[in-house]
Amino acid sequence: MTDQSTHPPLYSPAYKSTIYRSPKEALIPVSDRLRDRSMPAYGQSVLREFDNDLTKNARINAEPIGERLKVFGRVLDTNGRGIPNALVEVWQANAAGRYVHRAEIHDAPLDPNFLGAGRVLTDAEGGYVFYTIRPGAYPWGNHYNAWRPYHIHFSVTGRFLDQRLVTQMYFVGDPLLNFDPVFQSVPPHARELLIAQFSMDNTEEGFALAYEFNIVLNGRNQTLFE
Amino acid sequence: MAKLRPTPSQTVGPFFAYGLTAEQFGYSYNAIIDRTIADPDTPGEHITITGRVFDGNGIPVPDAMLEFVQADAAGNFRTEPIELLAPDSPQQGRFVLSGTTRNGAAYHSPEFRGIGRAGTEQTPAGTYWMQTVKPGSVDNEAPHIDVTLFSRGSLRDLRTRIYFSDEAEANATDPLLNEVPAGRRHTLLAQRREQNGQVFYDFDIRMQGEGEAVFFLMSE
Repeated sequence: MTDQSTHPPLYSPAYKSTIYRSPKEALIPVSDRLRDRSMPAYGQSVLREFDNDLTKNARINAEPIGERLKVFGRVLDTNGRGIPNALVEVWQANAAGRYVHRAEIHDAPLDPNFLGAGRVLTDAEGGYVFYTIRPGAYPWGNHYNAWRPYHIHFSVTGRFLDQRLVTQMYFVGDPLLNFDPVFQSVPPHARELLIAQFSMDNTEEGFALAYEFNIVLNGRNQTLFE
Repeated sequence: MAKLRPTPSQTVGPFFAYGLTAEQFGYSYNAIIDRTIADPDTPGEHITITGRVFDGNGIPVPDAMLEFVQADAAGNFRTEPIELLAPDSPQQGRFVLSGTTRNGAAYHSPEFRGIGRAGTEQTPAGTYWMQTVKPGSVDNEAPHIDVTLFSRGSLRDLRTRIYFSDEAEANATDPLLNEVPAGRRHTLLAQRREQNGQVFYDFDIRMQGEGEAVFFLMSE
């Protein structure tokens, strides 16, 4: 059995949008046989040159504004084995806390040289790395004076049907974490799993600060090629 | 060895479209998973699945994302990694993912990808569609498509399934469908309709309340 205690409850009323978007009926468990169905995987040929470099993949005429970051880590199963060829997709606000999305109404400036979306496939050990700029905090309408902490959205697709995770990476030391109902929806003991750690060892001299974020997907005692 | 704890899930939020479904919504970024699961010349019966997602107030959800995973018409899951085919391959001209490779060559997708992704649109509110072939039976299961629903306000992915209204005999003996209370099975049935020579299946998802979709516990 895998640990089911790290995920937030679907009904988390402090995050208001969950109130009418969470099922009332109990979820019905499926057998291991169905969860172990393999997911279609992607090869490196689907990636474009700067897909994993958000500082370059939308550049028009200048560097995007903000503090350059290198975000790296491994995608693992619960046995600690790296998952190769996992698809890691990311999206985020720019340095001013503004998303490119048309529905965004926050009046912070857009950056013409920054889209805020990227993707990467994990290597043979499950490792990934991408470059970006530090996202800004931004206000949202959940409650009075609500601000989202600095975060990067992650969508991770592994090798089995149940190895599918959408989550958010947060930054160590962010004071807004204490006030954010999305982050706080996670059981207290598991919140640390969403916080990227600063890594001086991986910082690139003269170029970018580094943060490590490891991602653990569900997965049982098997590998794809056994 | 101690097990690692799964990374907690968080909502996809309202702003995923320019990253995860960029082409569908007209953002300047390509998509490698989109609303085409099978190319036009993939063997099988070609169908379009369409519908809407509703919240607990019956209001269409205009910012949800659906992912479909399925077998092909012969009941086989794709096992080979999806690679883009070179422009000079015999399969040139099949459904084209827009964009260029890192070498600057135009690329083409393989014919059956087995996975699709669609955002719900604002107009008409909450509508999605997906183009594919009707899947064949896998083992002793009725033809089906595994569906994962993500949305703002949903802190975890929601797993449901599409079965087909014209497969009553196979549905009657499907192991998973038989674990669902009889009164709720209809929420998993896509309804067949034919229009202008095309086959459509209508499949709405109600996230909460009357007619609430059956959701499965996949990841724990």
